Order: sequence, then C-alpha cells, then structure tokens
Amino acid sequence: MAGFSVPGYGPERTSWTKAFARDSVVRRLDWPMLLSALALSLVGVVLVYSATRNRMGLNQGDPYFFFVRHLLNTGIGIALMAGTIWLGHRTLRTAVPVLYGISVLLILLVLTPLGATINGAHAWLVVGGFSLQPSEFVKITIILGMAMLLAARVDAGDREHPDHRTVLLALALATVPMLIVMLMPDLGSVMVMVMIVLGVLLTSGASNRWILGLIGAGAGGAILVWQLGILDEYQINRFAAFANPQLDPAGVGYNTNQARIAIGSGGLTGTGLFQGTQTTGQFVPEQQTDFVFTVAGEELGFLGAGLIIALLGVVLWRACRIARATTELYGTIVAGGIIAWFAFQSFENIGMTLGIMPVAGLPLPFVSYGGTAMFAAWIAIGLLQSIKLQRPLSAG
Amino acid sequence: MSNIPETGRTPRVQIRLIVIQVLVVSLLLTLGGRLWYLQIRQGDEYAAKASGNHVQQVVKPAVRGAILDARGVPIADNETRLVVSASRTELMKMKDDGKAVLARLAGVLGMTAKEVAEKVRLCDAETPQPCWNGSPYQPIPITDEATAKQALQIRERTEEFPGITAEPTAVRRYPAPGKSQTSQVLGYLSPVTDEEIKKAENTDSPYLRSDQVGRSGLERTYDKELRGKAGVTRYEVDNLGRVIGEAESDPAEAGANVVTSIDSRVQAVTEYELNEAMKAARKEMDRNTNKLYEADAGAAVVMENKTGRVVAMASLPDYDPNSWVGGISGKDYAKFTSKKSNYPLLNRAIQGQAAPGSIFKVISSTAAVNAGYDFNGNYPCPSSYSIGGQVFKNFESQGYGSINLGRALEVSCDTVFYHLAHEQWKKDGGNSPKKPKDWFYKTAHQFGLGKETGIDLPNEVTGRVPDRQWKKDYWEANKDGWCKTGKKGGEYAEQIAYENCLEGMRMRAGDSVNYSIGQGDTLVTPIQMATIYAAIANGGTLYDPTVGKAVISADGKKTTEIEPKAHGKLPMNQKTRKQIEQALAGVATTGSAAWRFGGWPQDKIPMHAKTGTAEVYGKQTTSWFASYTPDYTIVMTISQGGTGSGASGPAVRKIYEAMYGLTEDGEQDVKKALLPKPQSALPKVEPDGSIHAPTVKPYLPVKPSPPADTQDLATAGGGPLLWRRD
Repeated sequence: MAGFSVPGYGPERTSWTKAFARDSVVRRLDWPMLLSALALSLVGVVLVYSATRNRMGLNQGDPYFFFVRHLLNTGIGIALMAGTIWLGHRTLRTAVPVLYGISVLLILLVLTPLGATINGAHAWLVVGGFSLQPSEFVKITIILGMAMLLAARVDAGDREHPDHRTVLLALALATVPMLIVMLMPDLGSVMVMVMIVLGVLLTSGASNRWILGLIGAGAGGAILVWQLGILDEYQINRFAAFANPQLDPAGVGYNTNQARIAIGSGGLTGTGLFQGTQTTGQFVPEQQTDFVFTVAGEELGFLGAGLIIALLGVVLWRACRIARATTELYGTIVAGGIIAWFAFQSFENIGMTLGIMPVAGLPLPFVSYGGTAMFAAWIAIGLLQSIKLQRPLSAG
Repeated sequence: MSNIPETGRTPRVQIRLIVIQVLVVSLLLTLGGRLWYLQIRQGDEYAAKASGNHVQQVVKPAVRGAILDARGVPIADNETRLVVSASRTELMKMKDDGKAVLARLAGVLGMTAKEVAEKVRLCDAETPQPCWNGSPYQPIPITDEATAKQALQIRERTEEFPGITAEPTAVRRYPAPGKSQTSQVLGYLSPVTDEEIKKAENTDSPYLRSDQVGRSGLERTYDKELRGKAGVTRYEVDNLGRVIGEAESDPAEAGANVVTSIDSRVQAVTEYELNEAMKAARKEMDRNTNKLYEADAGAAVVMENKTGRVVAMASLPDYDPNSWVGGISGKDYAKFTSKKSNYPLLNRAIQGQAAPGSIFKVISSTAAVNAGYDFNGNYPCPSSYSIGGQVFKNFESQGYGSINLGRALEVSCDTVFYHLAHEQWKKDGGNSPKKPKDWFYKTAHQFGLGKETGIDLPNEVTGRVPDRQWKKDYWEANKDGWCKTGKKGGEYAEQIAYENCLEGMRMRAGDSVNYSIGQGDTLVTPIQMATIYAAIANGGTLYDPTVGKAVISADGKKTTEIEPKAHGKLPMNQKTRKQIEQALAGVATTGSAAWRFGGWPQDKIPMHAKTGTAEVYGKQTTSWFASYTPDYTIVMTISQGGTGSGASGPAVRKIYEAMYGLTEDGEQDVKKALLPKPQSALPKVEPDGSIHAPTVKPYLPVKPSPPADTQDLATAGGGPLLWRRD
C-alpha cells in the first residue's frame, strides 16, 4: 500500500504516516463513495449467500461457496481500484489504445469456440475453470477511448467543443465493440453501452444535434423494428411482460411475477435474513445474480432494499460531484460515462425486479454475484477517485 | 456554481452535468417510490401470495364415526376398500413424468394406460373429464376397487411402483341390519361445497376440500361429532414442488361414534309392518271415492314414554342410503327428488303434516275440562249436529245417546265435541269476539302443536294450529286471490273462495266445530302426536324426542350421554290424565280399536289407543293410529290409507307383539321379545375402543291367520257394529 502515491503530483513520499497526513492521498479519497461501494459489496455477500445456501445444484454442496467467492471478488475489486488510483487515469490515458485493443480482442474471442453461453447469453470466456465476461471491461475501454478522443483537442485548448469529425470517430470507436456484443447476443450490455455513449457525448459538450440525433435514431430504429414486424409476437410479449406478466406467464412473466411476490411480501422490515419463503423455495430465478435485489426486498423489507438504493444514490451523487468539480474535460467525460453506466444499469436491474422495466440480464453493481462485473465496477470507482485526486490544488 | 473552480469548460457541459445529476436522482426516487408501492401499499397482498406459493397441504381424512343402534349394532359405518393412489409430486420427479410407472400400474390393475393417465391428469379449462379436480399434492385415487392380490403386487414391488400406494381406505356404508333401512333418519353424505368451506373457514370446525358432509338425518345433526378432524400435513415446497421442509401439522382425530336409541330389530319390524299395512290398504275399496286406497305414503314412530327416545322411525317411500356412497348417480338423484316416486327423501315422521282427525280429541277433551266442563258429565251424542242450517254429521251417522267425555273418546263421538266447541265459540263472542278465551286453541298450543318438538333431526316442520291469529294472517296473504276467483253461487271451489274472501279472517262457528275433532286447517306431524301420547303415558311430561343417545369417542374413553330434555308439561291435572288414560284403554278394549286388539293381554300390558281418520279435501282419508303401553308409544299414519283402525291398527299391534314377544292370542314368550323393556344401558365398549355389537336376525313376520280367525277376533272385539268406528 506504500504505492498509494500519485505520479505527477509532488515529490515521492515513502512514509506510511505521511499517507495519512492532511493533504495525503488517503485523506483526500472520496470516502463516502468508497464506503458505500464497500457496503453494497458486503450486503451483496450476505444476499448472495442467502440466495444460494440451499441451491445444492449451484453451490456444489458447499453453502458458503458463493459467500466466499463474492467476498474474494470484492477483495480483488478493491485491489484493482487501488491499482487504478496508483496508476491514475491520466497514465491510463496513454494506455487506452492498448487496453481498447485488448478488450475488443477478448470479446472477439467470445465469438470463437472459446466462448461459452451462460443463461442464454453467449458472453463468456471460460479459461481454466474461470469464467470471464469481457463485455464488462469493454464498458470501461469505451469510456476511456471515447474520452481520450473527445477531450484531446479541448483539453489542449484548441477548441471549445469537440468537432464533428472527432465525435464521428468516437462513435465509430464505440460501435465496433457494441456490434460484436450484439452478435453474442448480449442485448443488456448493448443497452448499457448505448447509455454510456449518450453520457459520454453529453459530458463531452458535443453539439446538441449529435445528442438528439442519437436519441432520434434509437427511437426510429425501435419503431422500425416494431412496424416491420421483424420480431415475432412472442418476442414482443416477452419484452412487454414486465408490465403485464400474463403476456408470458410461463417465461419472463413467471419470473417477474415471482420477483414481485418476493419483494412485495417483504413489507416494511422483511421476513428476516434466510427466512424468505420465496428465496428459500427458489421461486425467483437467477437470484444470486440478476435478481439479487429480490432477496433484499423479501428478507430485509423496504428498509433494507431502500438502503441499497440509497447507497447506490450516494455513489452516484459523489460521482456527479467529482464530474462537476474536475477541471479537465477528460476526467469529466470519464466520470460522465461511469455515471451513465451505473445509473442505467442500477435502474434497469432494480426496475425489472419491481416490474417497471423489461427483463434484461444485467447485474446490480457491487451486489450481484459475478467476478468480472465486480472488478469492472471497482475499477470504475478507482477511476473516479483518481479524477478527484488529480484535480488542481489551486482549486482546493 | 460560483464555488466551482475555473475549469475552462463551457457552460454547456456544466448545464448538462446538472441535468444528468437531476436525472440520476429522479431515477432513484422512481425506484424508491415503486418499492414503497409494492412493499408497503400492496405488501399484504403479496405476502398472501407468497404463502400460497410455498405451503402445500396433504390431507388425510379422519375416519368418520359410526352410527350405532341402542345395542351397539352399526347402522352406519365404514367399510374398507383397497384404494390405489398415485402421488403426482413423486411421478413428476421422474424423467418421463412417471409414464412408465403408470403404464406398469395399468397392467396390474387391468386398466388401459390411457384410463390411468386420465385419472391422474389435472383438471383445467382444456382438460375434459375424467381428470383430477383436487390438490395436486393430494394422493390421487386411481381405483377404490382393487383386489387384495393387486394391492399386494403393488406393495411388494415398491421399487417398480414409486409414488404408488395401495392402502385400505374407509368408505361409508349403511349395512341395514335385519333389513332395517332407517333411510331418512340416517341421512346421507355428500362432498363439501366451496360455499360451505368459506362459511366454516373461521369456525372451530373448518372443512377441508376432501370432506364429506352430512346432508340430512343423523349424519347432519351429528356431523361435527362424527366427522372428527382430518389430519393435515403442511409441507413447504419450492418452485418445483419439491418438499423443503415440514410446517405445522395437525394429526388426524377419528370421528366419534354416535349411539342412538334406535333398535334396528324394532326398526326392521316397523318398516316392514308399515309397508305391509300400506300394501293391504291398497287392496281396500274406498267407499267415498269408489277407488282403491292409494296409500301413497306413511310414517310410524316408536318412542320410549319416559324419555322421549325414538326406538324406531319409519317413513315410506324410502330409499337405499347406500345410493349416496361414492357420489349419487344422476338417475338415482332424479328418482329421489321426483313427484312420481313421491319424494322418498322426506322423513314423513317429522316432515309430513296432515290433519290429525280423532287422535286430536285428547286435546279437545283436555280443553273442555280446562274450560270448566266435568269430564264425567253427560253430553249428548246425536248422529248429527247442526249450526245455522249447516249439518255436521257424526262418523257414519252413528248416535250414542248421552255419554261422558271418556266414552266420547272411546267411541270417538264427534257430536259431543261439536257441541262443546260450539258453546265455547259462542261464549267467546261468536262472530264478534270479545276477549276470547279460545280454550281449544290455547290447549293445542300447550300440547306443543304448531311448533317443532325439538327432535335431533334436521328440518322438522311445525304443523299448524288454525287459531284466530293464523286465520287473520292467512286471509291477509290470500284474500286477493280468493276475492278474484270467488263467485257467489258458483262451483264448489268458487263458492268457498267467495266465502273466504268475505269472512276468511273470522273464526266461524263451523271452523271451531271442525277444529274440535282434528279436521279443517289443523296440521300435525307424527312425531308431535307421539310426543303428546307419550306425555299422557308418562304422567304429563312433553319430552324433546331424541334419536341420539350418546357420543362415544373413537378410543372409547369418553362417553357423552345425551340426556332427555323436556319442553313442557301437559295442561292437565293427574285426575284428568287418569280419566283420559282410562278412556284410551277403553278404545282398545271396547272402543273404536277394540276389533283390532282382540286377545290382547290387557291385564299384563295395558294398551291405550286412539284412532283417527282425517278428511283431506280432494284426497282420500288419512289413517292415524296413536297408542301406548306403559313403556312405549307408537303412532302410525298412512296418507290416503283409509281409517285409523282399519289401515294402521293391525300394523301397530304387530309391532307391539314383536317388541313384547306376544303371539296373536296374547301369549307372551319373553325369549322372543325384541324389547320388552326400553334399552337403558349403553352398548359395551371394549378396552380397545370398539363397541360390542350383537348380531341381528331379520324379522320373520307372523303368517297372516286364516280369514275365519279374523272374523272371530272382530266379533270378540266388540262386534261388527264397531267396524270402522273412528
């Protein structure tokens, strides 16, 4: 941990105690955000345990299988965050082309026989017993890559806003991995990436025409798909089943219905940990991953589930503050992309369990079980911390 | 924004950042709001759904208690049938959903695989019958007629038949000991309805979906005791129906046994003799209508005088109560409820009402005494009595000169009572009543008429005392119709309607006079009359008749006796009671029933009787026979059966003879006597809880004597002159 120093800022300090000095890195970290993320991860450990402790088929006979792994993932995630802070987002900026290239290569590998299908999404790489979901990393490299392109000339003071050519280039950079992910198909991740692109463009100061054009294109495309009857009725029903479970009572409708029963039956204070009948009876599918929020809803009630939303709120609120406070556009764009990512993914994930969003296979940041998603989320926290740390002291 | 450092960024980005922040907050608030709506606003609803989701009940019905006769002979019990059932949850765990097992099972049971598959499939909108309608967690019966060999095959090869059970299961049975059907008294069972389940939900004896419920008779009255408590095992199940735990369970409690006061031997005799009497009546020519008597229905009650307990109760036509077991067929049900079969489900002993005729005269005599007339006074008994030009004839226009009330009862003289009732009517103010005393009506109410006796059988009817209040109410209800159809000087019905329209609300002289001999609008049930005659016999106590005598718990450890309960006293002093009793004995020795009781050992077993022949407008006369000995009262009635002594008398005598072990000549053989004294002791309960039951031999009726003997008997009983004197 001695490496908690920031290159490019002040002389090297090697003393442990100095790390906690008034103007030290440790003191200047965004602690509310960090602790909230940590709290979410630890709540996740408990919820994942509750959801899997009697699913013998999943936990390979060990009730603590997922408990230990989620805890381990959290630890690795925190280490990755620390590494990110140590490197700093500016250093990473120089490595973006390499990182982007690697991440695109990884998702291309998924399309080869090395890829594996888990839960209907061909989004996994299984190597030596470890499974990896490279699309999670792509989210980060899209943010970093687009930010690098869009901020380059603005931060250099050449221009007030990115020009059209740069925006087009940035969009092309994002489109390549998005198309690959769509082929998997992992539509949930594509949706998140679209939102990230939107957040990045917004915070980059790109012309309103780009923003509106993008939104218009998305809406137009959806209407086109609808009108041309490209989707079968059952596909539309499956999509709409979040609002009316009767449309697909055996498939997605069943899941959303059971999820809603689980959450609704929690009431104010919940059934108590490990006491939820919906959870114990395994009525809700994918409860340790995509539907982890239902465990909180049933066993911890409105208070516990509300706390999760509040903690996510703290993370996002602090991220917004960081985005607004930083002096360079690069950091602003990176923060904006992460905000869009976390905000949309959390809203979509919790919203689908509450029946106000269609079902999509997306994890709840920090809480859902899943190594890659956990690592990506903590790296994002590291990036945000780094942005905070590196803002000019003249402002402080 | 002023505190934001110089960033070199444009206001565009700054504004957009604020927009993003607002957007983020509103998304989170949306989630919080929706969470509140689901968990707080609709929380209870979802909690209920969650519990419905995960708890499944397996119900093991309690064995229904038996209904026993007074000596412990079962008249309703359970027989064991081998029921083969399949557990759907077990079958669904198999790779082929249990198809192979069911196919093997079909082979053993000699059914086709299709038949078996249809039995275990669940009913839904698209599945036609046959299909399983109950809970999928309940074992589904495939057949209840498995042979012991088939059951053994299944049980010995459990590994080949996982999820299949072959178990002896109790099914209701009405064994009819000694050919006594006791149909309407026993009642029947049928499956519980949704409505009943809902209604009993929060009571101390809720129904389960698998319950059978007593629908009438004893099965209904004592349903709660007989039913016991079904055992319920509650399993917590997961989304695949796999059991993940056991919740609170209730063990089954077998239903209690109900001991009745019915003696199945006497019951068999009563049913047989009532039927014989009706058959005999159907061969008799009715002189009024010049047709054979219809004898379309009849009822008989045998009651213990000192307790009101019912020893036998018959109602014809009857039915086989076993028809209801395992679900009644549509054909049987139609038959049981049709006019053509004359509604065999009716228990006419408590639900059949008719004018009582002369058996009512014990009430009129009491009324007269209470009104101040001397029982031993002299009252003219002319052949007819006229009121304002309307002539009321004595039965068969017989006159007896001047007689006392006792003799008037014996010979059943109508005109004595016409005279007394008319005098009272005049005293009460005649057509313009002033504070009427209404002795004759008041006394009938005091005898318990016009209301239920309180017998422990459902749906008893009240009968009717046609007093002033009733007349008024009845007129109010019907005057519109009468006044519309009534026509002065029209046909008989029109003339009656016309008169009713004008003065139907008033108690007319004719009404009072008719009423005094048990005719007109008076209605009584056989059980009411049995209660009254038993009260005369026991010194004046009107008991609530009972069939149930004791409830014995299934393990035999707890016996709850049902004590006799009285609902009133006869409105007469002991002197009057003795005078009436003497007169009723006279009926059997020298009066209207004497020709039927020749050779009766009156000194050993004093017989008291009263005959009645009630006229019914548009129908043949109703035969009534009310009688008692020191221990028993027997009342019999036959609708459209003729006279009391003619149609019912011999049958009643035969019942007594069987009970006391009498020959036709009045010789008593106590060994042959079925029940010379009322059965007071309860049946013996064995240490294991079973109840000792003696065997019952069917009733062998005495061969009818040659005609010559009958002639002798009739002569001995008071001469041919008294034939049909009711």
